[in-house]
Order: sequence, then C-alpha cells, then structure tokens
Amino acid sequence: MLIRRPIDILPSEITSSELYHDRRRFLTQSTALALAAALPASLARAAGQSLGPLTKSPYSIGETPTPYKAVTTYNNFYELGTDKADPAENTRRLKPAPWTLRVEGLVNKPRTFGIDELLKLAPLEERIYRMRCVEGWSMVIPWVGFPLASLLKLVEPQGSAKYVEFVSHYDKSTMTHGVLDWPYNEGLRIDEARHPLTLLAVGLYGEVLPVQNGAPIRLVVPWKYGFKGAKSLVTLRLTDKQPLTAWMKAGPSEYGFYSNVNPEVDHPRWSQATERRIGEFSKRKTLMFNGYADQVASMYTGMDLRRFF
Amino acid sequence: MTPTNPQLGAIKTALFVLCLLPAFLLWRGLEMDTLGANPIEALTRATGEWTLRFLLITLCVTPLRKYSGWHWLVRLRRMLGLFAFAYGVTHLLTYVWLDQFFDWHAIAKDILKRPFITVGFAALVLMTPLAATSFNAAIRRLGGRRWQALHRAIYPIAVMGCVHFWWLVKKDITQPLIYAAITAVLLGLRAWWREQERRKQLAGGYQPAHGPTGKVIRIFQSH
Repeated sequence: MLIRRPIDILPSEITSSELYHDRRRFLTQSTALALAAALPASLARAAGQSLGPLTKSPYSIGETPTPYKAVTTYNNFYELGTDKADPAENTRRLKPAPWTLRVEGLVNKPRTFGIDELLKLAPLEERIYRMRCVEGWSMVIPWVGFPLASLLKLVEPQGSAKYVEFVSHYDKSTMTHGVLDWPYNEGLRIDEARHPLTLLAVGLYGEVLPVQNGAPIRLVVPWKYGFKGAKSLVTLRLTDKQPLTAWMKAGPSEYGFYSNVNPEVDHPRWSQATERRIGEFSKRKTLMFNGYADQVASMYTGMDLRRFF
Repeated sequence: MTPTNPQLGAIKTALFVLCLLPAFLLWRGLEMDTLGANPIEALTRATGEWTLRFLLITLCVTPLRKYSGWHWLVRLRRMLGLFAFAYGVTHLLTYVWLDQFFDWHAIAKDILKRPFITVGFAALVLMTPLAATSFNAAIRRLGGRRWQALHRAIYPIAVMGCVHFWWLVKKDITQPLIYAAITAVLLGLRAWWREQERRKQLAGGYQPAHGPTGKVIRIFQSH
C-alpha cells in the first residue's frame, strides 16, 4: 500500500531556476574579480597595455619610427600564417600568458624564468632601432626590452659556451604546418649575444608586445636581417656548436648563420643594395651592418663576409 | 547556343568591364590606403598575379569551346589575351616606376643577374608581338597558319610566368604551385589532343605531304 507523504519542502522555499543559474554567474564573476586582484600583472597583461616608465637609451637612433599600425599589421611570423597580414589576424593561435623561458645548456645555473621575473630582471629601456628585412624592406621600431647580456649574467655561461641557440614556441595544433622545420630556431655567437645592442624585447611603442610581433618575449639584433630576431621565445640554449637554424635548413645557399645586413652581399635571388622604408616612396641605400657598423664591425674583423654571410 | 551579334556585343562589353574591375579595385585601394603597409609591393604583386590569371583564362577558352560546343567563346579570346598583356605592362611599370624609380642601371642589372626577373621580363617581351598582331588585318597579313604558330608562344609565356612567380617566393610556394598545376593541366590537354589526332591520322593511313617526319598542323578554326 502506498502512503502518500506530504511534500516536506514548501514550494515557496524552492529556489527558482533563474536564481539558481544566477548563482553560477555570481561565482564566476567573483572568482574572476578575486583573480584579477591577486594577479594583476600576469592575467591582465595584454597587447596595448602600458609598460610604465621606461629608461631612454643612448643606443636609440633619431629616425622617425614607423607607424604603430604598419609595425603591427605587416609581419613575417610564419607560425601564424605566411602572408604578412596573417599574423595580426591569427593572434588567437598563440597565448602569451602564462609563459616561461628556459635557459639551459652550458651554464652553471640553468633556470626557468616566469614572464614576471623577466620583466623585473633589468630596468626596461626604450630602444629605437632600424629593422631591415632580408626581403628588402625596413622599419624603425621603438622596442621596449632589456639587454640579453643581463639575462646571460644570471645563468653564468661556462667557458665552453660559444653560441646561444634561441627556440620559439610551436604548437602543432594551432600553428602552420610545413614551410619551415618547426620549432623556429635561431642562433648567435656568444659575443654577439652579449653585445649591448642585442635586446630581449617585451614591448613596442611603450606597450606590451602584440602577439604578431613575437609576444611575450623576442630577440632583436638590429645589425642583422630581421629573421634573426626569433619570436615568442621558450628556450635559450648555450652550446659549443654553431646551431643549425630554421632558415639555414630551409635554404643553405640563401641564408647563412651570420646574416649580417650587408649591401654588398646580395641574396642569391635579389639585390640587398637598397631597401624600401615602409611608408616611404623612394628606396634608400642599405647601410653596412644596418647602420650599426661603428658598434659591431669589430666583432667581424678578418672575416670574409661573403663566405660567412 | 550561339548568341546573336548584338548579344555578343553585350557579352563583350560586360566582359570588358569585368576585366577592368581588378585594376579599378587596386586603384581605389591605393587611393583609400587599404593595400596594407607596403602598397607598392601589394600593387606589384597583384598586377603580376592578374597577368598570370588572364593568361590562364585565355588558355581556358579552347578547352571550354571544345567541351561545351560553344564555339563563339573564341571571339572573346582576343580581349582576354590583350588584358593579360595590359596587366603585364602595368606590372612592369610598377616595377620600373614605383619600385626602382627609373634607376635604369639597377633595372638592367636586375634583368641580367636575377633569374626570376630575367624570366618575367622575357615573358613580357614575348607577349609584345602577340599583342601587336591581335587585330584582323595582322591575321590576314600573316596568314592563319603563321599567325597561329606565332600565337602558340602563349604556352611558353604561361610557363615562364609560373617560373617567375615560383622563383621570387621566399619559402611558401603554395600559390605558385597552384598556378603551375593549372598551367600543367591546360598545356597537358593540348599535348593530349595532339597525340590523339596523330593516332587518328596514323590509324586512317594518312601520310602527311612531308613524309612521316612532317609536323601535323591544325588549321585555325574561328567559327
């Protein structure tokens, strides 16, 4: 026999579905608020946000910077697409936070740095540099960053370390397949890496580095062709052997390890004597070492720059 | 289906406007500054690609005519070929004027030293006699056979256009590969037809006047 019991919850006490769903919204909102308050730097860091007061640098040049729009919409970042307009449209393919940079190899203190540590590692400087692409165009870019030398000092390279290899982030599930041998990598001789002009950039135009320019941290070597500046770095490896870079693997006769800007040594398929500065109508003459000869030429004395292109 | 003369006139006018559309859009892009950070490069690239596209569209006419039976399509071919030439000249002008700014020394050096420029320049030079003999009097004067033989130069021109594109690309050859594949199909079709015709003639016991080594030449059919 079935005995019907009276319902022990009054209908008036039952939470309405609207309120029930609203509870979720309340929870997510309050959690987001708490997180944002606790981690302002790492979660809220997005392109366009100011990097605060910056130190001016005597290494900056006096030329007019290329407009922000051109610097952020005309990019060679093949992982995000091979057309120059692609990277700015495909920024979702790379998440610049959270991020770590591993420094390893022939060092006494191998270490993994969080992006926040990197930002506080040395005073952030504004460096207005020329950027010459191997394709024959150039820009003037106000980078924000700190010398790579400051980072190297912390990990104490061993005497046997002759080169630094730079490895970019690569995610097969979101990024370009083929074209180059991924992940993208680059290399510098240790004296080039320690040169005061060599920069780890974390921003441009005083703001956090946009994804398409290599967020959150990239290499900038102003006297070399632009492709030497590996983007979105995840690993720095100190080695005793010259690294075989992605472009050397792709075209050994066209892209050498040094890739110093040199108007006298042509790319096998086109001239490097002149360049088009983005935004200008007539071409300019390309300068030896991209105009940084006074600071860097001494590193290459006695070297045949045609052979070591 | 064959259009009447007034219908064909309307079709030609519409096609003319359509062929001008890319040039108009590029001009507008230049004026409104929507061609990106390097408009000169964008313009050079776009005019070059349109040259190649018009060459391939021109090469599509004969297969389309053959398989659809729409023989009147051949009457649109001259305009398409001339547009290929016009875009090619514009392409050369953007290079000579906007890119090199009449630096004849640098241009001469480029043409001699840079294989991709050598090939592109040679292709345009080869297109010039074709454009120059594209009116009826020239066809009559040359005679159908010779005129047709001359205009077969479009085959090597299309190949050279693809090579020109292929050699200038830094690494991602997807685009030139697509053009090369289409060119291969269009030229392959012609080689296949020729082979079929040869076999047919051999099977029929037909002996060409010049003996077995003589070339079989298809006579130009305009209608």
